[in-house]
Amino acid sequence: MVREVSESCVDSLLTEMVACYCNRFYANKPELAARRIEAIGYQVGHQLSERYTMERPRFTDHLEAIKFICKDFWSELFKKQIDNLKTNHRGTFVLQDNKFRWLARMSIDPSTDNVSPLEDITSPTAESKAAQAMSMHLYFPCGIIRGALSNLGIPCAVSADISNLPACSFVVRIKA
Amino acid sequence: MPPVAPRSGDAIFANVERVNAELFTLTYGAIVRQLLTDLEEAEEVNKQLDQMGYNIGIRLIDEFLAKSNVSRCNDFRETTDVIAKVGFKMFLGVTASVTNWDADGTCCSIVLEDNPLVDFVELPDNCQGLYYCNILSGVIRGALDMVSMKTEVTWLRDVLRGDDVFELQVKLLKHVPEEYPYKDDE
Repeated sequence: MVREVSESCVDSLLTEMVACYCNRFYANKPELAARRIEAIGYQVGHQLSERYTMERPRFTDHLEAIKFICKDFWSELFKKQIDNLKTNHRGTFVLQDNKFRWLARMSIDPSTDNVSPLEDITSPTAESKAAQAMSMHLYFPCGIIRGALSNLGIPCAVSADISNLPACSFVVRIKA
Repeated sequence: MPPVAPRSGDAIFANVERVNAELFTLTYGAIVRQLLTDLEEAEEVNKQLDQMGYNIGIRLIDEFLAKSNVSRCNDFRETTDVIAKVGFKMFLGVTASVTNWDADGTCCSIVLEDNPLVDFVELPDNCQGLYYCNILSGVIRGALDMVSMKTEVTWLRDVLRGDDVFELQVKLLKHVPEEYPYKDDE
């Protein structure tokens, strides 16, 4: 039996980590906060991929390693597989999770955070603030994927696309 | 309608959404490492972990009360017993025990023999002074704050420092009377 903890433990820890780096340490330096959050994710992904591939033969090519991330790795973390994998066959892969668990409880409506007059609800500031908070949270799973793939011998850059919430796409660009 | 009986920690844990503990353990470990890199001083990291834990505790207590069917605890003794038997099991899947009560019933120890936060963890020699699990002391303090109990939580024993168990001392500083946000209409 695999040891488990309540999902609230992970959710709370992630929320507080992001709040810590974005609001306390680097309140006015979002790029520095993002880098730290991604670095934490990288460390986690690196270690997890080590554990999940212990009894597995070496992957023969990039696609096989990416498929491992989509199936076994994602199932360990989120109890489901990536819903869709696309590639341009030139080193870029797009992994789409149609209902990404770590975004499911986040509100995109800025008015729930600060009650404000109607005009302010649609102001660019309020909307961009909510979007920025969400994107900060995504540096962590991007770091996880990059760390996992790096440990499997695939240096890459990973970014997230949330234009179709609650779906989230992770764009993996393999470095030549 | 008769009151619903309080649910055991095991029953709640069986019903909440659960995740692989390794994700939790390794994420916490990576956060501690990053904090050590950023803050440099073990004492500063301890403070930050405690603050993070406090912020988590003030929110977890809501979920705890919503799911456990615990009614009002009558005193500090009952409260810590519920935390140890139900709270730790509900969230971390481990059992804690309460011991070492003082005569007043205002100070006790919570003992953890098993702790998912420290799987895979070894402290290097340059981390003397770090309380690796200090986030737990913050969580407990924050949760108790929300039910009107001001406490001081300190570590007495730590497996990462060579002890055989984790032991947290919880001391009740003040029981704050509840303040209602309204006054009775005359």
